[in-house]
Amino acid sequence: MDGGVGYVDVDALKATELRLGLPGSDEPSEKPPPPTTTTTTTTAARPSKRSLDEDRAARREPSEGGRATSTRATKAQVVGWPPIRSYRKNSFQAMKTEAEVAGLYVKVSMDGAPYLRKIDLEVYKGYKELREALKDMFKCFEGCKGSEYAITYEDKDGDLMLVGDVPWEMFTSSCKKLRIIRGAEAIRGLGSSQ
Amino acid sequence: MREERSDMSEDDDGGGEEKDSWAPGLGVAGKSRGAPDPLPPPLCDQVLENVIENVLQFLSSRRDRNAASLVCRSWYRAEAQTRRELFIGNCYAVSPRRAIDRFRCVRSLVLKGKPRFADFGLVPVGWGAHFSPWASAMAAGYPWLEKICLKRMSVTDDDLSLLALSFPFFKGLTLICCDGFSTAGLAVFAEKCRHLRLLDLIEDYFEEEEYEVVDWISKFPQTTTSLETLGFDCLLSAVNFEALEALIARSPALRQLRVNHHVTVDQLRRLMVLAPQLTHLGTGSFRSPEEGEGMEHEAHLVSAFAASRSLVSLSGFREVAPQFLPAIYPVCSNITFLNFSFAEITAEELKPVIRHCHNLQNFWVLDTVRDEGLQAVAATCKDLRELRVFPLDATEDSEGFVSDVGLTAISDGCRKLQSILYFCQRMTNKAVLTMSKNCQELVVFRLCIMGRHLPDHHTGEPMDEGFGAIVMNCKKLTRLAVSGLLTDKAFGYIGKYGKSIRTLSVAFAGNSDMGLRYVLEGCPKLQKLEIRDSPFGDAALLSGIHHYYNMRFLWMSSCKLSHRGCEDVARRLPHLVVEVIRDRPEADDEAVEKLYMYRSLVGRRNDAPPFVKIL
Repeated sequence: MDGGVGYVDVDALKATELRLGLPGSDEPSEKPPPPTTTTTTTTAARPSKRSLDEDRAARREPSEGGRATSTRATKAQVVGWPPIRSYRKNSFQAMKTEAEVAGLYVKVSMDGAPYLRKIDLEVYKGYKELREALKDMFKCFEGCKGSEYAITYEDKDGDLMLVGDVPWEMFTSSCKKLRIIRGAEAIRGLGSSQ
Repeated sequence: MREERSDMSEDDDGGGEEKDSWAPGLGVAGKSRGAPDPLPPPLCDQVLENVIENVLQFLSSRRDRNAASLVCRSWYRAEAQTRRELFIGNCYAVSPRRAIDRFRCVRSLVLKGKPRFADFGLVPVGWGAHFSPWASAMAAGYPWLEKICLKRMSVTDDDLSLLALSFPFFKGLTLICCDGFSTAGLAVFAEKCRHLRLLDLIEDYFEEEEYEVVDWISKFPQTTTSLETLGFDCLLSAVNFEALEALIARSPALRQLRVNHHVTVDQLRRLMVLAPQLTHLGTGSFRSPEEGEGMEHEAHLVSAFAASRSLVSLSGFREVAPQFLPAIYPVCSNITFLNFSFAEITAEELKPVIRHCHNLQNFWVLDTVRDEGLQAVAATCKDLRELRVFPLDATEDSEGFVSDVGLTAISDGCRKLQSILYFCQRMTNKAVLTMSKNCQELVVFRLCIMGRHLPDHHTGEPMDEGFGAIVMNCKKLTRLAVSGLLTDKAFGYIGKYGKSIRTLSVAFAGNSDMGLRYVLEGCPKLQKLEIRDSPFGDAALLSGIHHYYNMRFLWMSSCKLSHRGCEDVARRLPHLVVEVIRDRPEADDEAVEKLYMYRSLVGRRNDAPPFVKIL
């Protein structure tokens, strides 16, 4: 319980953010600025009711020290709402967070490549998709040696394992980073895995 | 456990400990109620008093007792001598000293601390509700104390130690939503309380590091114990399973056991075999830790449940593997309380289970079962009294898997419903109206439309009419929580029809001061009012002056109150403690972020932290 600030104005933060991107290279979804416009995701049939509500929301916010709520679409979470005890929230959070920490974004290195990549394992449904994605990602480094390679990963214990042996869920929960081994080393490894 | 849960719920009897001081006609006279009389009563009065005492000891309801204590001085004394259960709804309303002075023979204490909105992070850490002063006072004043139940109190390990050492007859400790203690405290408590029958930890907060965790289960006396209830499902750390098993084996009186998620399904089975007489069981995680071992576990688990003929209450079911659910079929038809609110199961997985639960009265579930799951509940559970539907994803933009459809189905099928808590994203006035007509027994109606200001999703209208119907049609309603887009009209309805309402929770609702005024002027039984993010200001606050001494508390946060208004109230009601809680200490705004005010016999508390200003 940090008892912290209730509202975070995401839009205001974004507006003050310094960017070095080229003009026009902003993220595709630009949020509309003023709080009174609403990109609502709800199915309100009466526009007049909507604006009454928005007006109220806009009127109320300034009295609270000038903190305005963002539009509905980009609404930041309000403290303590919906009213669910943290005990309950944490019960599910704990299970989700464990998965995230272990398996979400992992580094991918490929022998000979100058830099590494990062992928989100949650995005893939299985090994096939993963292989294809990796192939795609690293195809510029294929070179003329052909495509003999083995995909390996480092697990929670720090051991180097061959990708594909265990069920997908078990893999994603234990994979710390991926390493694509190429060339003779890979062939040797694959040959002895049977 | 079930009985205690409903005791501790917010819709319990009103009244409270020192209500006689606030009763109309007596006023708040300067005379201290707790002071003893200067002269002993004459002999015939003494006899009469003895007679009264003998009669009064049959009175258990505290409301009845409060009423009896008002009759005359003699009855007041007799009642004070015979009150065995002391209920204190706000630990700051009275001091330990006064309580002990008046009630000399208390055996059981129920004490509540922080306001309920503390559960949702609205009360900063360190606000108060410390158990220590109570612990020390009672150690001196109530040597025969047997039971303590605390809710939203800060309890330290030293407090637990003091309890264990001070009360030789201590039988039962229940801690609900408490914080400040650890397994170290539990260890001392387990070790020193030789006659313990009940230890129930319900949704408490633990903050120990792994290396700090103590093996407290091993500390229970090695002889046969008198344990009847042991619940630790909220404990974050694993307990020593061998010790737990041995403890169960030497606790023949055990009837209620709730383990935490570290206990696997196979371990659970072993415990069940040792305790087939259990009536209440809280499972740990309900799946096998390794793949491939499922089949044997399932078979053994079924027989364990089949042997547990006395089970009436099931809970736990964290991390459910659906293939284990059939194991509980043998007990389903006897179950009256089923808590699936941590089980992420679908309608398809729920249906085969719920089909057997003809006697279910209390059902807690996750919205992952969707409207379809609720329809199945409505089809089978004709005796349902209480339903709670929790959201898996508790954010206001979440999808929300249940809707007006589920609510309508429940209202059609479960006519005896008394209490409902329902989290959703889509609701209609029509569904709420239907429930108000079908479920005439409703005592508690708590609807939480998670998206703020969401209207009726069919008509786009505010939810005024739906909630209006509830207060109009449900004559027994004492607790109400409103949500969705609401105008002052809704509050008009509540003020006009909600004559029995004792607890009201409001969030993001209303247009103007009139909303709050309707409620304060219209609801004579109102005792607990908690409001957040609603446009009610000083004028509305002042309109309740006539009533605040009858209330346990008022909470208002992120409304439109100012210091002047609150000071005005504080000045006019000297026995009201008016706390202004500031999140940011440097804020010198005239605006009041959080107001918490409550009647008290002892004036302002002396343990307020710097961010609390008492006006």
